[in-house]
Amino acid sequence: MGALAHLLDFAGWERAQVESLLETARMMEEVLERPMKKVPALKGFTLATVFFEPSTRTKISFELAARRMSADVVGFSAAGSSLAKGESFKDTLLTLQAMALDAYVIRSPVAGMAHQAARWLKGAVVNAGDGRRAHPTQALLDAYTLLDDLKTLEGKKVAIVGDVANSRVARSNAELLPLLGAEVWAAGPAGLLPERLPGARLTTDLDEALADADAVMVLRLQRERMDEGALPSLREYVAGYQVTAARLARARPGAPLLHPGPMNRDVELEGVLADGPASRVERQVRAGEAVRMAVLYHLLVGRAA
Amino acid sequence: MSLLIKNARLVDGSGELGRGDVLVEEGRIASLEGGDAERVLDAGGRWLAPALTDPHVHLRTPGQEVKEDLASGLAAAARGGYGTIVAMPNTEPVIEEPEQVRALREEAAGLAGARLLVAAALTRGQEGRRLTAAALLRRAGAVLLTDDGRTNEDAGVLARGLVYAAAAGLAVAVHAEDAGLRGSGVMNDGPLAAELGLAGNPPEAEAARIARDLEVLRYAARKSAALGHSPRLYVQHVSTARGARLIAAARAEGLPVTGEATPHHLTLTEEAWRGFDPRFKVAPPLRSAGDVEALIGSLERGDLSAVGSDHAPHTAAEKERDLESAPFGIPSLEVAFPLLYTELVEKRGLPLRVLLERMTGGPRAALGLEPARLAVGEPADLMIFDPGERRTVDPARFVSKARYSPWAGRELAGWPLLTLVGGREVWRDPALA
Amino acid sequence: MRFKARVLEAEEIERALRRIAHEIVEKNKGAEELALVGIHTRGIPLAERLAGLIERFEGVRPPVGVLDITLYRDDLSEIGVQPRVRETRIPWDVTGRPVVLVDDVLYTGRTARAALDALVDLGRPRRVYLAVLVDRGHRELPIRADFVGKNLPTSKSEVVKVKLRETDGEEGVELWER
Repeated sequence: MGALAHLLDFAGWERAQVESLLETARMMEEVLERPMKKVPALKGFTLATVFFEPSTRTKISFELAARRMSADVVGFSAAGSSLAKGESFKDTLLTLQAMALDAYVIRSPVAGMAHQAARWLKGAVVNAGDGRRAHPTQALLDAYTLLDDLKTLEGKKVAIVGDVANSRVARSNAELLPLLGAEVWAAGPAGLLPERLPGARLTTDLDEALADADAVMVLRLQRERMDEGALPSLREYVAGYQVTAARLARARPGAPLLHPGPMNRDVELEGVLADGPASRVERQVRAGEAVRMAVLYHLLVGRAA
Repeated sequence: MSLLIKNARLVDGSGELGRGDVLVEEGRIASLEGGDAERVLDAGGRWLAPALTDPHVHLRTPGQEVKEDLASGLAAAARGGYGTIVAMPNTEPVIEEPEQVRALREEAAGLAGARLLVAAALTRGQEGRRLTAAALLRRAGAVLLTDDGRTNEDAGVLARGLVYAAAAGLAVAVHAEDAGLRGSGVMNDGPLAAELGLAGNPPEAEAARIARDLEVLRYAARKSAALGHSPRLYVQHVSTARGARLIAAARAEGLPVTGEATPHHLTLTEEAWRGFDPRFKVAPPLRSAGDVEALIGSLERGDLSAVGSDHAPHTAAEKERDLESAPFGIPSLEVAFPLLYTELVEKRGLPLRVLLERMTGGPRAALGLEPARLAVGEPADLMIFDPGERRTVDPARFVSKARYSPWAGRELAGWPLLTLVGGREVWRDPALA
Repeated sequence: MRFKARVLEAEEIERALRRIAHEIVEKNKGAEELALVGIHTRGIPLAERLAGLIERFEGVRPPVGVLDITLYRDDLSEIGVQPRVRETRIPWDVTGRPVVLVDDVLYTGRTARAALDALVDLGRPRRVYLAVLVDRGHRELPIRADFVGKNLPTSKSEVVKVKLRETDGEEGVELWER
């Protein structure tokens, strides 16, 4: 299949492309099992992490992925930078481009910035999360993690629970998982569900969403939602939507439990479940490494050096 | 100096008037059948029409001249075939004092380009609380009052404003969007916004506010009737089918309301957002194909009787910011006429006289200005255009400071080749020898 | 592709491997600390066989590791986007040991170079040897094999196919024409 130019979201993607990427991720996971977790495949390529929004885990994950492939990494973060001094984000990107970089991993608080960057930059652009719109590598690592347990997503029911309206993780999973044949449900309180979520069935009935689910994904609840008036109180949320052991029992036995992190224990998820046998949170982190290595490989090796 | 434009096909809002040779003397049309003149221009069989009037232009002066100033704006208007444009008051500072109106008019008088008319703010600072001095502003030359740039959230203030403006003989223009329903939407709210994952501004925000403003107008009309005045409401940039229907119904009832449509709402849909390009960010937003169809029908029937460009220049850098911080607005002075000629007249068969009427007589009537007709004695504000002149939109060659365009690269016909204001040439294209 | 000739039969392969095993032990002056690393794919069964033969002669079976060199290749952008990465497992310490890299065919030398890179990433071997079943010439890098089963002059338009029972169900080395 053809090389990947950018990873912005999954618009226009087909199943074969996703499977190819996940297959490469499996290869990359093999590297992570070697005593020497480093290969020279991307030697000579330079990557910039360009984070206009703070992040620790995603940034570290991409940096590690790049370094394990022997690529060089430079980091740009907005705080205290030229942006804070008034430089436009386009100028910031063009300045980085002048330093002959091959790929840009961009996270932004506003939707669409990765798409805009892809128009201006000559290198490959990876969307590491744009506002509330999309977070494609998260969806890929979630799919990868689920396939570990479920072997195939064809015909499987995946329930996403929580602040769906404001979640780029939910949006990207709703876009990706159906490409692999999954049936996605998204459940949450009325104030936190969007009017429509392409790829998913929306419901305020948590039990309906969890019934016989093959996998459950829990989203982080941000306290700002109470301030915004989207939700009357934390108590109300917990009563109606906290994923507890009792509620999880409605899903299929052994259904994997995912969370994109960071977790609010005992808010969206009963604390004991976070460490329980169903939790795949650690696996997700490892999967994130392999998936991001695969994405960088597909983006850079396909290009003329 | 007298001028004879010979060999022209005459057309105005009333229809085609046949071939003519237009004699211009002392700034007025002296004859449509020729005569002696000191200068002669051969129109080569091209169309000659009254120069256009744009009731809705943002010239950013005073305060934001980096985006546009009077010189660039009036010259751009002339290139677009406009003889008169109305400048909106949401500047820095806001135009709310008669001295400011006079100052702008004086500055414009010394510049080559379209005539400048000035709209003043309806309320102080456009804050929607205290009314401005309508009568003094009228006397200083203001032709319209508006808080455009902001929305009129307090219906009581708008009602009082309509009544007070009526007494001064001025219409009030409104940017009809409910701020609460509109939220922080950047594009039309609907299935496409959900698919693209962008915050949506729903059609109901416009329809709810137009419905409210029509009731406010009804109230103001009742209050003014006893005094023998009639308030006039001008609803800017109607973008939805629902909004157009509400205005049509109100007009059928006899309410004194005018609806305006913009070149962008008549030719672009929300599909433009697939590129995540802030050049398409405008308020109210680009809507669905169904809305565009409905607006074109309303324009043809005259339910929407005026085309206003809402020319909203920003710097190219500002329109390359992220989708949230990029400012709203689409500039179109230099391309509005060829765009609408090509898309509506050429491609859809809208009669030329209808387009001309919506871009001359319609806006002028709404503002209480003299109609624009090709007739002896009328001011020689004229425009020559050529349906055979096909060119692509090239923003690098714009005279406006906003050198970018949502229609960049599009091939259009009907480019204005000559514009006269008061008999003086303010634009001539090299193609017209 | 067109079959041209059968270059080695099963018994000839066996004899060559026996000779190579002896040569390795002779060069290394015994089998102490010796280790073998088979390069995917066919280097692995060859390394296993050599380990078995050395065990028969010396009574000591050298450990065998497996090495995948896909991500060490210098021509990654030319081979297409989907890498075929297989296991690398060398569960003993490379440092200080004499290591024999084993592959089926030595051609341009690029695979051997990549294998050398991968190996020294794991530690500091005392010595590295290269053992191949067939050396078909046309080196593009300054690489030579220490132990060769058969020298086979070929032209660039020819293809050498090695078949081993562990991987292909039959034994033999064939020469084909493109």
